[in-house]
Amino acid sequence: MDKYIWLIPILPLAGFIINGVGRNTLPKAAIGFIGSVLVLASFGISVGTFLHVKSAGAINVTVFDWFSVNEFKVSFAFLIDQLSAIMLLIVTGVGFLIHLYSVGYMKDDAGYGKFFAYLNLFVFFMLLLVMGSNYLIMFIGWEGVGLCSYLLIGFWYTNPDYADAAKKAFIMNRIGDLGFIIGIFLLINYFGSANFADIIFKAGTPAFASTPYTLITLLLFVGAIGKSAQLPLFTWLPDAMAGPTPVSALIHAATMVTAGVYMIARSNILFTLAPVTLHVVAIVGITTAVIAALIALTQTDIKKVLAYSTVSQLGYMFLGLGVGAYTGAFFHVLTHAFFKALLFLGAGSVIHAVSGEQDMRNMGGLKGKLPVTFITMFIGTLAISGVPPFAGFFSKDEILAHTFTASIPMYVIGVITAMFTSFYMFRLLFLTFYGKFRGTHEQEHHLHESPATMTIPLIILAILSTIGGFIGVPKSLGGSHWLEHFLAPVFQKSASLAAETTAAESMELVLMAVSVGGAVLALIYAYVKYIKNAEVPVSDTEERPALVDISYHKFYFDELYDTIIRKPLDALSVFFYKVVDRMGIDGIVEGLGKGTVGASKGLRLLQTGNVGFYIFMMVVGIVSVLMYILFKV
Amino acid sequence: METLSNNIQTIPLNHYILLCAIVFSIGVIGVLIRRNAIVIFMSVELMLNSVNLLLTAFSVYRGDATGQVFVFFIMALAAAEVAIGLAIIVMIYRNTNSIDINVLNRLKW
Repeated sequence: MDKYIWLIPILPLAGFIINGVGRNTLPKAAIGFIGSVLVLASFGISVGTFLHVKSAGAINVTVFDWFSVNEFKVSFAFLIDQLSAIMLLIVTGVGFLIHLYSVGYMKDDAGYGKFFAYLNLFVFFMLLLVMGSNYLIMFIGWEGVGLCSYLLIGFWYTNPDYADAAKKAFIMNRIGDLGFIIGIFLLINYFGSANFADIIFKAGTPAFASTPYTLITLLLFVGAIGKSAQLPLFTWLPDAMAGPTPVSALIHAATMVTAGVYMIARSNILFTLAPVTLHVVAIVGITTAVIAALIALTQTDIKKVLAYSTVSQLGYMFLGLGVGAYTGAFFHVLTHAFFKALLFLGAGSVIHAVSGEQDMRNMGGLKGKLPVTFITMFIGTLAISGVPPFAGFFSKDEILAHTFTASIPMYVIGVITAMFTSFYMFRLLFLTFYGKFRGTHEQEHHLHESPATMTIPLIILAILSTIGGFIGVPKSLGGSHWLEHFLAPVFQKSASLAAETTAAESMELVLMAVSVGGAVLALIYAYVKYIKNAEVPVSDTEERPALVDISYHKFYFDELYDTIIRKPLDALSVFFYKVVDRMGIDGIVEGLGKGTVGASKGLRLLQTGNVGFYIFMMVVGIVSVLMYILFKV
Repeated sequence: METLSNNIQTIPLNHYILLCAIVFSIGVIGVLIRRNAIVIFMSVELMLNSVNLLLTAFSVYRGDATGQVFVFFIMALAAAEVAIGLAIIVMIYRNTNSIDINVLNRLKW
């Protein structure tokens, strides 16, 4: 199996090259076929690799030696262990489904070839990120996915708002990336290696006792904050919805944004050694989860709701990491990839049906017209709300159970957030699919179920969202938690350092009952509000209650950043432009010229034109020279 | 030749130096204060020749012919300079009907 591992990332790269070169010449059918099939082939190899890892343990493949400086060597090597094997399945599997979906979704777009080329390139970089056996390869992938994210958010770049959203995402990610790369430098400095295996082996041993684990992990976490859209760098993700919906599903829900979680899970030993950082991670996670959920409550753009929901779920994952539930957090990455990709693709299907409309106030009553979309999205909503036995229930509950033993206040906030999640997701579902259609007559006439290339991925993802949770059924429910056993080697060292923090089994059952009860209560409230009373969110011109207004305006985060960062920065730029550049630097340059001109203006008056004067000056000069020579001693 | 050089040496070297300095200064002053181009020209010649005189005097007193050879070079040079200088003065005269150097006041900014 080792021999073919390099093919996993190379196939999408080949797709990128073929589609990129032939984007204007190849027929659309060929582009879609190449793009999808190559990812499917990657998926096939990934499955084989996964089975191999399952039976024989981690694989380390060196493709070539990249560079070496003295003792420090970096090889271009892949590490496929339990963690990356599962990530491979997610990236290529969900990736393939989204490629397939895009064949239908993008079929009328002028940039069809470009779209598939970028999508393939994204899969390539994401695979590099996941498969790299050291932080540097991971960083290549990390930057690459950021680039693809930028390209795809700004896919319809003729709209200046979309282009701005792309820039915003890129710049915010750069802030995080800076922290990440400084963290990597520190790791190399202290451990003399960037290899995961070396660092895991060395970390925590007495020889490395003086390593500043807290500083390093905080810097790595800054990278994760940027990539995974956590407070305070989360505002780019909702704006990233400017990209085509399959992009939102693949990059901004299922894969790229979970890279931060993957990276921390990968570096789990370092974080376990830095309890302070873990607290920070947990606090940032829970704060992000609750704030994003609060914002999602009142959004009216169907994709914005899902975007904030993604931010909120990512917050859950970080909460899980922060309380030491690495398995739980990664479990949530897995289930979230299924149901959030499903929800985004469902939303895309809805948008497709109502001719590009994204505002839920202009939807409604689509249940009958889009039966497949409705049923699959319903399943996705149940999954994200944590209703058993759907996937989200198990993963969210595992995180919450660990949180309960770590910190009761955080647990309470977590449960409340889960209720919010349930509410805003059912609000989305009810507003979109129930009631009467509120759009224009033209849109109503146009309503149709999406083609098979779009509904098949929905159905597959719905099935995965339904059964995906069963790989991690906790002991308290009579399961064996297969995922925990499978991932145990990855988190082994962390587990041996930190005491296991699981609640008693009976307590766990109570906790489950509480969160399920909360979710169902929120569901009923949403039902009463949006179906019984058929409420529709007010239009932008009408006044809202103060709290709703704050939530609708996203807690004014953008405005806040505008005031405290952008405006001072603008003022500073203006200062540098007007004072330092125009007056300082230009002043020096122009001053030299003006000074020369001015001096010559004075000096040229000596040229009177009087020959006698010239001769006199000449004599004065000669005499001066003579005097100088005579008396210079 | 021997007697000539002896005759010359009957006058002390200081006198030659003094004479040359005076003639040279007269040349300088002439150049500075006169306005007639021809006179300026002659003053320049005075300066050149005072130097020539000094060179020959030193040459005799030191019994070294180098100084006299040098004088020949200066004479040749002076002749060339005169040829060009006079030609310029003739041209100035043709253009301005004057050889007053104050008329030539256009050589300025």
